[in-house]
Amino acid sequence: MRTSPFRIGLVGLAGIIPGMLVAVVLFLAIYSWPAIHFNGIGFLFRETWNLGNLYADPVTRRGVQVPIGAQYGILVFIVGTLATSAIALLIAVPVSLGVAIFLAEGAPPRLRPTLSLIVELLAVVPSVVYGLWGVAVLVPLIAHYIAPALDDVLGFIPFFAGGSPTGFGLLSSSLVLTLMVVPIITATVYSALLQVPRPDKEAAYALGAMKFEVAVRAMLPMVRGSIVGAIILGLGRALGETMAVLMVSGGAINHLPGTITSPISTMASFIVSQLDSAEQDPTGMAVRSLAEIALVLFIITVIVNVIARLITRGLHVGLTSRA
Amino acid sequence: MSVSQVALEFPLLRGRRIRTRIGWVLSILAFVLVAAPLLDILILVTARGISAISPELFLAPTNGISGGLLNAIVGTFVLSGGALIIGVPIGVGGGIYLAEFGTGSFGAVVRFLSDVLTGIPSIVLGYFSYITMVIWLGWQFSALAGAITLALMVVPYMARLTELSLRQVPLSLREAGYALGAPDRKVIFRIVLPPALPGVLTGALLALAISVGETAPLIYTAGWSNYVWNGKLTHEPIGYLTYVIWSFINQPFASAHALAFAAAFLVVLVVLVINVTARTLLFARTA
Repeated sequence: MRTSPFRIGLVGLAGIIPGMLVAVVLFLAIYSWPAIHFNGIGFLFRETWNLGNLYADPVTRRGVQVPIGAQYGILVFIVGTLATSAIALLIAVPVSLGVAIFLAEGAPPRLRPTLSLIVELLAVVPSVVYGLWGVAVLVPLIAHYIAPALDDVLGFIPFFAGGSPTGFGLLSSSLVLTLMVVPIITATVYSALLQVPRPDKEAAYALGAMKFEVAVRAMLPMVRGSIVGAIILGLGRALGETMAVLMVSGGAINHLPGTITSPISTMASFIVSQLDSAEQDPTGMAVRSLAEIALVLFIITVIVNVIARLITRGLHVGLTSRA
Repeated sequence: MSVSQVALEFPLLRGRRIRTRIGWVLSILAFVLVAAPLLDILILVTARGISAISPELFLAPTNGISGGLLNAIVGTFVLSGGALIIGVPIGVGGGIYLAEFGTGSFGAVVRFLSDVLTGIPSIVLGYFSYITMVIWLGWQFSALAGAITLALMVVPYMARLTELSLRQVPLSLREAGYALGAPDRKVIFRIVLPPALPGVLTGALLALAISVGETAPLIYTAGWSNYVWNGKLTHEPIGYLTYVIWSFINQPFASAHALAFAAAFLVVLVVLVINVTARTLLFARTA
């Protein structure tokens, strides 16, 4: 290969991308190192996040300066993150498969571009606008109708009991996440369904299958890989979603969710909500512990995304991967 | 023998017909379930946003929880424009590398990692920028920190879209160029890039839509300011529209809510107009 300065320049520009990933993990790790050392592995399993007494003289514990009584545990936020993502996927997966089947096989071909555009637009509505809609529409809806109805019908299960006095909490966060995850899963499965070879479909028809049976029994199993990859991709989005969740979650601290309407915090939403209080900490340990949360979130989402990309690699080229 | 006769004679078939009918109804219902909230969001934001629009909105900066949005509108322009100025050249350069020379293992790694990077939560990138630029470099909350953070998000996206559009240019065009003795630079800028330019520009527009709608990383890098941007790149916080949406909807005042919806209307308008035109153009080109 000839190495002209031009080509070296291009390699440099392309190298910025892996460089960015390395820089992010490196700086987060270096900056949060004192916090990692101070918090230990218990960081992941403690329920209490307490900044300590910010006005008294800091004390030295484990070789670092921290405010008196400071304790940093993120179990509540890990549980909040996992619970919202799990509920969102539980709803989003069947809905997305239904939408994808409808778009690929059910809808009239002339309407297909318009209908799939509608689904794609769901993916580009900014997170903060979902939050606004959540506050203005979804939260009152949950407080006045959905939560009482769940209490009436499924109230004998403690998880669904109690209604919801405010509407802010686990259910509203999960529903907002559902809306944001559906377009991701739908787009991937839809484009995979379109690529199912015609002869395979015709073989199913020849066996006497009806159109819907062809879609569900023959085509869906053929795109199994794409479905799994799409779900994991959606999981990655749900785990890291910040603003919409922050606005409708109720912002719980030191309190594990007991019912579907309990207030919660996710790792991402907690980082944003804590900026002002953490900056008050003269020892900086709170800001470093927030960096540790960001590092944990980074590692989780990198793993999830690597798995998703390995599965879907070569299966489709997505326009809606971010946005 | 008509269909209903078949159904009579084969009760099993009737069960299947009912099941497939239920299946179609459910799949249509699923579509309605996701389309309805989108419609409701658009109606809500448009109705309440338009009713909040006045000349003052574009002429006056925010004053506490009332006033206009001039500072936020200018700030969103500065941050998103800055993100494009920094992010597009890097992204396009990376994309050119991936499309033209990225067949080896380095190209595969870059391609893979840029896909992974688009999946990293924006708040993580925002926190990275916070500890590096805001704290370590001492820029404090500032326009440059915000714009660079948005650029971090835009780069992998631009790289992949540029690669996609370049790959649609036929190989024979490149071969013709090289056969005439043209160097890499000439082949790429004079032969390959021009026909791919609409795709690259579409990518830049979509990147603009992403930056205009982003919030979380800016809270940690750009801060917020009630004043119109004074031209300082560092050491001076800057306002932006999405902050108004997030922060003002939580205030118990009608004037704050009106500003939040007005800001949401402007953001949604920009994002949707860009996306609808870009996607219909892309569709028209590739179909």
